[in-house]
Order: sequence, then C-alpha cells, then structure tokens
Amino acid sequence: MPKPGIAVGRSVPRVDADAKLRGVAKYIDDLRLPGCLYGVTVRSTIAFGTIRKVELDPCWPWKDAVVAGPKDIPGENCVAVIEADQPLLAPGRVMHPMEPLLLVAHPDRNRVWESSKHVQVSYDERDPVLTVSESLARKQLLRGTDNVFKQYLIEKGDVATAFAGAAHIVEGEYRTPHQEHAYIEPNGMAAWVEADGAIVVVGSMQCPYYVQKALKRIFPGRDIRVIQAVTGGAFGGKEDYPSMLAGHAALLALKSRKPVKMLYDRSEDMASTTKRHPSVVRHRTALSKEGRLLAQDIDVVFDGGAYLTLSPVVLSRGTLHATGPYECPNVRVRSRAVATNSPPNGAFRGFGAPQTLFAAEAHWEKIAAETGLDPLKLRRLNLVREGSVLATGQVLKESVSAAQALERVVARSSYEKTRRTHAVCNRKPGKVWKGIGLALVHHGPGFTGSGEVMLASRAAVALERDGRIAVLSATTEMGQGEATVLAQITAETLGLDLSLVRVETPDTAKVPNSGPTVASRTTMIIGGILMKAALKLKERVVQELGSFPTTTKGLKEAGRKLASKGPLTFEEEYRKPPEVVWDEAAYKGDAYGVYGYEAVTVDLSVDRTTYEVKLRAVHTSTDVGRAIHPELVRGQIAGGTVQALGWALTENAVFQRGRMSNSQFTNYVIPTFSDAPPIDLDIIENPYSRGPYGAKGIGELPHNAPAPAVVAAVRQATGLLIGDLPVLPEKICHGLLARRKAS
Amino acid sequence: MKREASRAISFVVNGAERTYKGPAFKRLIDVLREDFGLTGTKEGCGEGECGACTVLLDGKPAASCLVPVSQVHGRKVETVESLARGESLNPLQRSFLEEAAAQCGICTPGILLTAWSWVKAGGSADPEAVRKHLSGNLCRCTGYQSIVDAVVKTVKKRRAA
Ligand code: FES
Ligand code: FES
Repeated sequence: MPKPGIAVGRSVPRVDADAKLRGVAKYIDDLRLPGCLYGVTVRSTIAFGTIRKVELDPCWPWKDAVVAGPKDIPGENCVAVIEADQPLLAPGRVMHPMEPLLLVAHPDRNRVWESSKHVQVSYDERDPVLTVSESLARKQLLRGTDNVFKQYLIEKGDVATAFAGAAHIVEGEYRTPHQEHAYIEPNGMAAWVEADGAIVVVGSMQCPYYVQKALKRIFPGRDIRVIQAVTGGAFGGKEDYPSMLAGHAALLALKSRKPVKMLYDRSEDMASTTKRHPSVVRHRTALSKEGRLLAQDIDVVFDGGAYLTLSPVVLSRGTLHATGPYECPNVRVRSRAVATNSPPNGAFRGFGAPQTLFAAEAHWEKIAAETGLDPLKLRRLNLVREGSVLATGQVLKESVSAAQALERVVARSSYEKTRRTHAVCNRKPGKVWKGIGLALVHHGPGFTGSGEVMLASRAAVALERDGRIAVLSATTEMGQGEATVLAQITAETLGLDLSLVRVETPDTAKVPNSGPTVASRTTMIIGGILMKAALKLKERVVQELGSFPTTTKGLKEAGRKLASKGPLTFEEEYRKPPEVVWDEAAYKGDAYGVYGYEAVTVDLSVDRTTYEVKLRAVHTSTDVGRAIHPELVRGQIAGGTVQALGWALTENAVFQRGRMSNSQFTNYVIPTFSDAPPIDLDIIENPYSRGPYGAKGIGELPHNAPAPAVVAAVRQATGLLIGDLPVLPEKICHGLLARRKAS
Repeated sequence: MKREASRAISFVVNGAERTYKGPAFKRLIDVLREDFGLTGTKEGCGEGECGACTVLLDGKPAASCLVPVSQVHGRKVETVESLARGESLNPLQRSFLEEAAAQCGICTPGILLTAWSWVKAGGSADPEAVRKHLSGNLCRCTGYQSIVDAVVKTVKKRRAA
C-alpha cells in the first residue's frame, strides 16, 4: 500500500458529513419557497394506445389550480437525452403505463392530489408489447421497422471453426429482472421564473448540465439555470429522469408564474421512474479438454422500455463486458436493446455490465456442471493478464489484477476448504444446506470508447479572495463522497491542508460543464482534470512569488498580488491519453483506458424446509488503483455489494401489463440491516498511470460479482443452477420438485 | 370533529414546550417539518417501511409518518436536531463521522435516533444485536457495515468511559 500524502490516501472526515449528521443539510423537500404551488402529474393508466379525450371534472373547483398540457409547451415536446423521442407530456399516443399526460399545480399539498384525480382521461387501447420476445416478434411496431433501439456486434477470430474442433460445447440462458434504485429520497424538483424570464430549477439530480440541455429545447430562448440540491441517493436513477421532472416543474412555473415544487411519493417514484434493464443473455461456449476457452458466442437482449433514453449506451457497456475478464481467441457478441410498452429503463450502477457479467459468471457453473471441471480452476486457466487481448482487440497493458483479486479472495475466504466442509455437511442430515460461490469480474471506469472525448469535460480550481481554493465542477455529491475526494486531490496537488479547499455547489451559473456524474468517472476523469488545473494554478503562483504559500494568509496575499494580472480561475479540459485508441464504427480498440477488477465469494445457507436463503459471509477483493479515501472506497464496495445481493435474492419487481405492481417498500424488498451480511472488504491498490495518484473509478464495479456468486453458492447448496434472478425460495422449491420428478 | 380540530395540542420537542393548532390528524412528521421548521426529520416512504422519519417518542423510536399529532399530546419528542450540543456533535454522531457512516445522509437522522436509543439504553456492542435493533431503518447507500461499526464503536467507548 502506498504511503498516504497530505490529503490523498487518508480517511479524512467527509466534507458534507457535519451538515448531514446534524440534520441541517437541505434536500429539495427541505427548501422553503414562500408562495409556492405543489405540482403533480396525471399519468396514463394503459400501456399502449391513443388518448381519446381529456376532461376536467366540471364539478370540481379548479379556480385555485393550474393545469398544464402539451399545448402549453413553448418549444419542443421532448425530453432530449441521446435522442428526443420521449415526449415531456404524451401528446396523443400512449406508449407505457404511468406516462405523463397532464400537470396540475395547487397551493395546497394535499388538495393537489385530489385535483389530479378529477382529470378524466379516456383511451383507445391497443394490445401492448410486454416482453422482449413479443418485441422481437414484432407483435406491434413500437420503434422503426423491427423494435430494435440499438444493436452491436463484436467479432474476433473465427468462431465457427473453433466450435468444430472443441472438446466441450456448453450452452446456457440467463435472465435478470428490473431493479429499482430505491434511493431513500424520492425524486423531487423545484422551479421558478426570474423577472428577466430566466428559468431556475433546483433539485435532486446527478447531472445538472443534462437537465439544462433538455430544458433548452423545451423552453427555447430562455436562460436556464440548474442547481443541485443535496441529493439523497441516486445510483443512476437520477441521471436522466430529473430532466423530465425539471421540465414538468418549469412548465407549471411558467404557466402559473409562481414557484412550483414537485415531489414524488415512494409509489409514484417506483412505478414511473427508470429501472435497471431486464436482460436475456445466451451463451454458447467451446472449450478444450482441460477447460481452456476456444470460442464464446454470446447473444444479449435488453428490454429498453418504451423510449430510447439511455439504452444505446447501457447496451454498449453490457456488450463490452459480456465475455467476462477472460481471454478467448474467438468471440462473437451480438446485442440488441428492444422496445416494449413499459416505462423506459435507464442507468443503474454498473450500466448494463452487471447483467452480462451475471450471465458470463453463472455460465461457468453450467460449464463446470457439464464438463466436471472445477469453476475455480476454469477461471485460473482463462482469466486476463497483462498482455491479454480482449474481444475488441484491446491489449491490456497495465494494472491488470484479475489473478491477484481471485487469489486473494480465495485465500481470505478459505474458499477451497469451506467448499469441502460444506460438501461434507450437505451430505448429512440437518436443517440447512450450505454453499460458497465465487465470481470474478472487471469494469471499465469512465465513458465507453470515444465518450470522454465527445464530452470534453471541464473543471477548474480558483484562488479566492478569502485565501481559499475553490473546486469548480458540475459533478455531484449523491452520497458517494465526490466532494471529499475532489477536495483531497486538489489539496494534495497544491500541498495544502484540506481545510483550505472548498467545493462549489453544482450550479450551472457557477461551475463549468464537467459532464454527468455517472460511469465511475468522477475520481478518475474529473479528479485528473482538477489535478491539471491545480498544477496550472500552482505554476502561475510560483512564477510570480517564487514559491506556493500553504497558509490562508499567504494565499490571500498571493491572490492580491495576482489579481491585477488576470483571472485566478484555472480551467482544464479532458485530454485523451494518446495510447487509448477506439474505432467506434468498427467497434474495435480500447473500449476503456483501464479496468478495475473484483473477485467475490458468497457463503450462504438454504433452509431445507422453507428454502430461505441466509447470507453467512461475503468476501470481496477489489482493485481500485489507488484508494484516495480508503473509508469511502470501502463504503462504495459495501454499498454496491449489498445492492447487488438484493438484486440477486429479494428484489422482485413485478410487472403487470407494463406497470410495476409492487411499487412500495412493503413488497419490493431491499436488504435491511439484518439481511445484509458482514463483508470482508479487501482493497488492492494496483495503480493506473493515467489516474490521479493511480486511482481507477470504483462506483459501479461492486455491483457486478455478488449476484453470480450467489447463484454459484446456491448451486453448491442445492445442486440447482438458477440462472434467472432473483433466486427466490419458490424457484428453489420448484427446481427441487422438478428434479425429484425427473429422477 | 370541528372542535377536535381546533383544540391545541401541546408536547415537548427537543426539550421545549410546543403548541400546535390545526387538524388533529396531521402527521407528526408534517407538523415537525412544516409547522416547527424541523426539517431534519426525513420522509422516505410515508408508510412506515423505511424509518427515515424516525423520531424518539418518550425515548423510543417511532415512525413519525404514521403518528397523528393528536397522539403526542403531553408527550416528549426528540428529533435529530436535539443530538448535537452547539458546536460539538454527540458521541454517536462523532462515530458516524469517523466511520463515514453517512453517505447521502437521507437515512441518517432516522438511523441516528434509533441507534441513539440503543446506546442510551445500554444496548450491547454485539454487531448482530445492533443489526437487529436497527432493522426497521433502511439505508440504500452504505450496505450498513459502516453504520454498524459506528454504533459498536460508540457503545464500546461509552463502556470504557
Ligand atoms: S417515511 Fe416514515 S417510515 Fe418511511
Ligand atoms: S446514506 Fe443514503 S440511504 Fe443511507
């Protein structure tokens, strides 16, 4: 482990902790807006069809209410993300349940709900497309000529020939469901119109500049200012949806000429905002006699929901991670994201990779079952090392820790010994069966391919009059610790005590466009840009004064001396490392500059009567490049791991006619203090030469391995390979019954 | 009904006597946040499932989204705002700070109060027992580990002192 610096490598108190612990941090619901109205959304009750009529109940007192519909939109009726196919308010055609149709605002928070119930909508309903198979079979055309939003193909070597010469051929199909982000703070937004006509929105969000971009098309010709409120969790769920909500709040504000607050309740948030894309992934694998990979033929289908939103990029990441962290000479990955009549699916921690890595890792269990080879040995034989070539032709040049992560987790969890003792215990009578399972994954931090080049993110540091350094970036704190980590990197670069650095609120009027806070890119990409900006500032000061002061007094003086000679804000833009080369058209090259690696073991028991799964212990070994803040890194890994365990075991989003029917914490069950196991968190620091102080992004990696490790453990416990998440007790029950019948 | 609605409801909030006049069935969380400006108490679900709205009612954790204000007449309510003494955080808050146990922070006020009731009542330092006591409070960010560590640490420190 490298030695800690003045700020980097130290678990300093989080810069946002004090306010949060005192209960004085201002989330959007805590913001006082005198004279504000409360806005609610009238939503479609059907999955697919056209609106025949919208009527306001003539017996209801509408005089205090303000109603806004598609006709009130001054610009384009769209929420622009990658495309602009999703309307802000459905103008005639309904594409999914819970689609926004109309907005109502009222000064009374309770009356507004009642008012919205007095809007009567009648429809001409059509038979909806509810599954990916119905979509691929073109039951109805929802998008283009084939219902496919986006497709990719990666090819390496000669797959057909490799299958002809294989000792083993193993096929499998794996399915993952919707997953709800379940941030504890639901989506919320406030908007008002300034005297000069500018629109201001404040709210819970990940990407202020995404919101601004979307609003510019809805309200052309107006200045748009977007400010992030303290945000109560996001995990991808506040990446694109806040643009919709901001559009709604701003439209009501414009029509009513009053500030408007829109706060979703839990049920509305769960039923109408984005989810993790459900997936169906098929593997066909050719192996040599001893288990070396000869060919991987992989077919991926994601359910995109009704509009395109972020599906192309989610699919892209899923496609690029589909082989797992293994080297195989012949690969074909074909992937498609298709349209269905359900709310659009979107970003969720891992962004497509957890789905395809689930399939890749669970498939090792299938291979082990059919070949009699050991899953650990199979991984040891095939994992990527320095110099390995991925499916896109990318050569892994540095910081490749797959083997290290695997061996460390195997040792720390006594995986092999535990597996043997569990096997013995399972043969004897008892109340439970036990199993330990393993998974090994990778994750590319930062935008895929040329994404970072296209974003051209900017960030700045400024020497302020009070002798402090301000970090100016649009990346958002949503709990992950972004503000603390960016302050640490800046302080370290300048050789300053952390108390001399402050982080500006993400506000489009105050900070440059640093791109979205997604894709595990903040520490690595924005941290890297800030490092460069800080070095510029330092250079400038040293040039003028001969040295860089490290006290408030000294900095104040430096500021005074330099102020007359130009601005004291130093902004930098992302620059691509020259060795990273990506060909978007051919889908070949360095999809990511580097990868993080993680190996996980899950030890669990299955009750022999109720088939209830109880987690006994979880071990993680994770390569993060460099832990800028070890405690925050551990927090990311523990948090991501438990979210993934929920996805694997209990989070069962039930969709009926395209609508989530269990949109409550009562029946959409996320892990509690008692469900979550103690986790042994082992951090590996294998630095990346292009990351600030060696850091690689870490936010999403922990969501990839736990679910397949659960499936592997359940297989040891019960002998069943359940490749269809979540692993509910009833699935184990049915599997055992089927097996008994067959024998 | 009318008369009921206008009767004053008095209770002690964070050590101070407060009086509320208004609908008797208004939820305690709304009274705290809207009438008294104590926005430290958070709403995550409004149906008693997440624990974000937890306050201490006569020293015991209660979901303030399920409690009509009429039920607290004459009782004692403590919210997150009562924990720190001026500048200095209370020992549990300090452990949360050291263990980075607040991430997004929306669950934190509720969890602090549930955990504080455990610490004050002399609860044990056994992580399993702490988890059980806190199992009515959801957190989606931390995976719970840092919070359990912070509570265990506080209990141990208190014992040592
Ligand atoms: S808001 Fe009261 S329990 Fe969730
Ligand atoms: S810290 Fe975000 S929900 Fe607990």
